[in-house]
Amino acid sequence: MGTTETGIVSGRLSPLEYEKNFSDLHPPLDEHEALVASDRCYFCYDAPCMTACPTSIDIPLFIRQISTGNPIGSANTIFDQNILGGMCARVCPTETLCEQACVRNEAEHRPVEIGRLQRYATDIAMRENRQFYQRAEPTGKSIAVVGAGPAGLACAHRLAVKGHDVVIYDAREKAGGLNEYGIATYKAVDDFAQAEVDYVLAIGGIEIRNRMMLGRDFSLGDMLSKHDAVFLGLGLAGVNALRAEGETAEGVEDAVDFIAALRQSETKADIAIGRRVVVLGGGMTAVDAAVQAKLLGAEEVTICYRRGKESMNASEFEQDLAASKGVTIRHWLQPKRIIARDGNVAGIELDYTRIEDGRLTTTGETGVITADHVLKAIGQTFEADGLGIIALQSGRIVVDGEGRTSLDRVWAGGDCVLGGEDLTVSAVAMGRDAAESINHVLAAASQPAEAVA
Amino acid sequence: MADLRNNFVGIKSPNPFWLASAPPTDKAYNVERAFKAGWGGVVWKTLGEEGPPVVNVNGPRYGAIWGADRRLLGLNNIELITDRDLYTNLREMKQVKMNWPDRALIASIMVPCEENAWKAILPLVEETGADGIELNFGCPHGMSERGMGAAVGQVPEYIEMVVRWCKQYTRMPVITKLTPNIADIRKPARAAKSGGTDAVSLINTINSITSVNLDTFSPEPSIDGKGSHGGYCGPAVKPIALNMVAEIARDPETYGLPISGIGGITTWRDAAEFLVLGAGNVQVCTAAMTYGFKIVQEMITGLSNWMDTKGHRSLDDICGRAVPNVSDWQYLNLNYIAKARIDQDACIKCGRCHIACEDTSHQAITQYVDGKRHFEVMEDECVGCNLCVNVCPVQDCITMVGLEPGVLDERTGKTVDPNYANWTTHPNNPMARQAAE
Repeated sequence: MGTTETGIVSGRLSPLEYEKNFSDLHPPLDEHEALVASDRCYFCYDAPCMTACPTSIDIPLFIRQISTGNPIGSANTIFDQNILGGMCARVCPTETLCEQACVRNEAEHRPVEIGRLQRYATDIAMRENRQFYQRAEPTGKSIAVVGAGPAGLACAHRLAVKGHDVVIYDAREKAGGLNEYGIATYKAVDDFAQAEVDYVLAIGGIEIRNRMMLGRDFSLGDMLSKHDAVFLGLGLAGVNALRAEGETAEGVEDAVDFIAALRQSETKADIAIGRRVVVLGGGMTAVDAAVQAKLLGAEEVTICYRRGKESMNASEFEQDLAASKGVTIRHWLQPKRIIARDGNVAGIELDYTRIEDGRLTTTGETGVITADHVLKAIGQTFEADGLGIIALQSGRIVVDGEGRTSLDRVWAGGDCVLGGEDLTVSAVAMGRDAAESINHVLAAASQPAEAVA
Repeated sequence: MADLRNNFVGIKSPNPFWLASAPPTDKAYNVERAFKAGWGGVVWKTLGEEGPPVVNVNGPRYGAIWGADRRLLGLNNIELITDRDLYTNLREMKQVKMNWPDRALIASIMVPCEENAWKAILPLVEETGADGIELNFGCPHGMSERGMGAAVGQVPEYIEMVVRWCKQYTRMPVITKLTPNIADIRKPARAAKSGGTDAVSLINTINSITSVNLDTFSPEPSIDGKGSHGGYCGPAVKPIALNMVAEIARDPETYGLPISGIGGITTWRDAAEFLVLGAGNVQVCTAAMTYGFKIVQEMITGLSNWMDTKGHRSLDDICGRAVPNVSDWQYLNLNYIAKARIDQDACIKCGRCHIACEDTSHQAITQYVDGKRHFEVMEDECVGCNLCVNVCPVQDCITMVGLEPGVLDERTGKTVDPNYANWTTHPNNPMARQAAE
């Protein structure tokens, strides 16, 4: 039991409690568990799970390989489609993707544990550092990848496989993007994101330059002059503002910063948290922040979302997880004003909301929740500094089916493009497919000009 | 309540479930536990002749194959007959029979193929009060290399000879246990009958290597890097055993010869199948070795409840009921036409029926209908082979439906003929053509 001291303080828990609270959410399957779980797969033909996977991993095959004692072959099957299969196994909302499509749901309302099986196989291969890919003959082409998140890493790896040289430019201290800075700690323990970056880079031919920010340290034009092609996997660097009175009070924080700080902390004892925390928002970030606030020892944690449960972006599983950790989720509440005392947050006043004629509106009723810490998880925005005249729509980069932007020699993928799904696995798919497109274009350009008569 | 009391060649037991001669019946301790658990009878592990007993290997004796979740499907065994002193066994048998007079106690015997050897042991066994003897002509490993067990069971003349000796030197009922490691099971059964056997029991275990260690290249179970074929048993052998039981049950030469059914019996349902195919009772081993003696309670209640549901009052009501329905292929009705039908409410859309049919059979199941994943039988292609039924993971989702006479078979464009017609009279049969000419 932690302290109930009011205010934003660190060290609410004992070291043992921190360790327990931030350990693996789903412990890995051991061999026996993996065999039992894999035996449940029916090896469906044209399997619905595979169709549901944004990276189209051959799920029945990789599970069959596990069931026959061939986890290395299984990992190879996974990595063929998704080189970040290890992280995706941990963070994918499988309950709305592959596992939702599993035919076992029809049979007995319990899908095959695809995510955990994927982790089982990829963990073994990565632990043994089994590398499945070799670089093709060098092409002499150089590609700039901007952003070392899931999209950028997937793109870089596939380009390296094709024999191209890749330089990744990333604004942060470490590579990994949201895998390193944006995932709840208990989903990626033991510094997994960095282990995965190392595993991806082991193919060779990929150089990472950290602390290089587009718009500050270089422009898109610089990249195009130095490289044959550019892939933009920029992610979403900005966050939405609350635009409510009192937002500047001490104790109002962006959830993404809070989550990132947690990930970079060794012991978590140095991460300060309020006694009563309100998290604003309804997505995965809101849940990740709320759950971790609770795990840090906050006495009360409340998620306030301005619409109903059915509109929440956080999956059912995530909502249940939050509830199981003691987080209260309240719907139809929209922040009106941060109540500050001596410059510090003391509470939040909220408007009750409802849908009227299809539009969200306030009812006129208000309520107050006592809080000393408010975390904002109300959406991230794309910051387009340094991109010049690239076509945007709704604040995101416009791409075609192959990831080509409006600019010649420039591709993009991941959260920064229009139509992105805010999913690691979708970002991987886009990065991988853009790499195939880049390779295709570069290869075509290198062909001898004369046609065969 | 159905009456499960069993009278097998005059040997009475409260139910038809006996433990087969095998490791679980090697000594009084185990057999007492079995009777406490409810087993109707026990065939004591095979006795050898007087003198120093045989020895077993001191490494692993069993190998296995498994299904999902390591469910044991097949076991193999290189243990020999009892490795305990003959008189120790006889003393214990006598005591157990005294303690459990209502249970069947059978002595399994294997001595050299010499008249004196059998003449010597039979009175000793008789003195225990045992209800009968079972001649072990089946053990496929070790003992067969010494001219006993399957080495006898594979030569019908030897079977007949030994059975004759036994009938001559003992008043006890004689059950002859047959080896399946032979081309035609009817031959040894006929020989046993000619020798005067009271019954046959089958099957004994099947020559087998269950697996090979891919690190050491030794067959399993491995004894210091080498392996020997063992006797295969357990659920995997049941279909082989059922067929052999049926072969004997319907052979005119052995028709009516009592059969004790053995081979992979694990549940009441397995037991019932042996009984209706002509077995007068059943013997169980691997299931007990896998799960313990308690399984007999499931067998007793399961058989009893099924019989009650179906109105069968005693074992006589069910024994052999399926025998008349076992037929040679040539007499099967070629005018019977069935089509697979998929219950769309039960279908979970795994696609296994489609791919099995598409890749390996008759291309008779759809994958998409109107752009939607939908599995449906195309009756104009379906030959009624039943593969889809067998690969479907959902019970009763796909069923075979017989077409009524007069209905159009969309595959052939002909209506279903109401008359029975088989291969013997079919125009494509060269033999039938010759007969007609």
